[in-house]
Amino acid sequence: MGMTITEKILAAHAGKKEVSPGEFIEAELDLILANDITAPLAIKEFEKVGAEKVFDREKIALVPDHFTPNRDARAAEQCRLLKDFARKQKIKHYFEVGRMGIEHALLPEKGLVLPGQAIIGADSHTCTYGALGAFATGVGSTDLAAALVTGRVWLKVPESIKLIYRGKLKKWVTGKDLVLYTIGDLGVDGANYKALEFRGETITRLSMEGRLTMANMAIEAGAKNGIFEADEITLNYVRQVTGRELPAGDYTSDEDAGYSETREYDCTKIDPQVALPPLPSRSKPVQEVPDIRIDQVVIGSCTNGRIEDLRLAAQVLKGHKVHRKVRLLIIPATQKIYLQALQEGLMEIFLQAGGVITTPTCGPCLGGHTGVLAAGERAVATTNRNFVGRMGHPQSEVYLSNPAVAAASSIAGQIIHPEKV
Amino acid sequence: MQGKVWKFGDNIDTDAIIPASYLDTTDEKELAKHCLEGADTDFPLKVSQGDIIVAGENFGCGSSREHAPLAIKGAGVPFLIAKSFARIFQRNAINIGLAILECPPAVEGTRQGDALEIDLSRGEIKNLRSGESWLAQPLPEFMRELIACGGLMNYVKKKLS
Repeated sequence: MGMTITEKILAAHAGKKEVSPGEFIEAELDLILANDITAPLAIKEFEKVGAEKVFDREKIALVPDHFTPNRDARAAEQCRLLKDFARKQKIKHYFEVGRMGIEHALLPEKGLVLPGQAIIGADSHTCTYGALGAFATGVGSTDLAAALVTGRVWLKVPESIKLIYRGKLKKWVTGKDLVLYTIGDLGVDGANYKALEFRGETITRLSMEGRLTMANMAIEAGAKNGIFEADEITLNYVRQVTGRELPAGDYTSDEDAGYSETREYDCTKIDPQVALPPLPSRSKPVQEVPDIRIDQVVIGSCTNGRIEDLRLAAQVLKGHKVHRKVRLLIIPATQKIYLQALQEGLMEIFLQAGGVITTPTCGPCLGGHTGVLAAGERAVATTNRNFVGRMGHPQSEVYLSNPAVAAASSIAGQIIHPEKV
Repeated sequence: MQGKVWKFGDNIDTDAIIPASYLDTTDEKELAKHCLEGADTDFPLKVSQGDIIVAGENFGCGSSREHAPLAIKGAGVPFLIAKSFARIFQRNAINIGLAILECPPAVEGTRQGDALEIDLSRGEIKNLRSGESWLAQPLPEFMRELIACGGLMNYVKKKLS
């Protein structure tokens, strides 16, 4: 039997000709990453075992992006730990505020993620890199500490679920809507321990940004990784960010590869989605969401803070004003995206609409800082999780959507379809 | 070992186990002060050393924060039984030496406040109120080896020396 792209990558990194689901392997890693929340714990473990040097200073990325710019003295201490470790170990890819961006937007943009790679990160949304045809999965700090020493990780080869998307997308429907719809179909643990492989004609037409958004949320169905076959769009992206041609390789699944299940989606029937609190799987078409007054809109995060997302939001907001009872927060995911949005005139549109633009940070997505909700407040966010208390007080609520729905809702003061603006 | 049961439902996520706002420390006792407060506000005050958490499907879904199993360990909870665990949480719990058992019938047959007796070597869970007992799913051999080594970092240490 043939292998899926996930199995091929894992076999190659375990030094095997083939692997099959359920098998335990030790995989050699091309890149490992951690942030200001997860790295301190990993560094503590690294030092506890008496390790002196990291396995490869060029294959580690440390990104202080969660509570930065430092929200308080305690967060500052965590970040200092990260910075000191990076200096001591001469870590090549350490990104200080000013060069920093949200990790899963930043690393692909910097050309650090390539098709066929095996990557782990002490952050659950590490699965984002599957958009480029890499195997990438989130782990905890101890797994990361072990990888800092050995450059390896133990993995159980996952079964794969094949998701086939067909048909042309309706206006205002994006990768975010496809993935919210899919999570609604699979459930929050529907892909637990498994790989999600995104396929079909709709996917081959989807931009790299749309793919990054979809792979990013694979974890919200419990998946170990989400992955796309590398194609022309991937090769163009890699060329653009690295300035190099990708070495020839096999970045696709075999025709006769085995899947635990296959699901097909008719995209012509999918409307912009909104996931109601408190689970990302509670998605429904925006027009079926009851009239809900909102207090805040957040457009940003590792899910939807890229230039295409900001363009979409600006397209809706142009010439309009944010509702007087709503706070609109725009968070470009990286410095490069920030600058590009500025040059394209998007920032002017946001400011004239009455929005607030913040520096790149995870910030409110995880209720960290810069836009935390009070009891009873509701937000529409282009982020990835709407768990109880995710953006602040346990009695606040988060509704997940794409950037166009979020922008439209900020104008209306309630959740609406962008076509109504 | 015996302990009193605290019961939780399905999909208890990592934000409910330890809200992100408190992730500015790596000290398990500090983290324990907010353990599971997103699911039960007073839990950190009510839980005692040796108590057992019994939960439904997909316990620990969401973030990769190892602070979640650390907060539970810090609260003095030695065992966690659930119908199923989210993938990253399961890895993290094993890596830090928090004993987790997957056993749907034990979850069904257990009420809040029950006393359970657990024999970890055999994976046996006994309900002292009802007298029923169950065998948990055995962990894959590879994971048992890791645990026998005393967790992942000890395994790494062994390789280093």
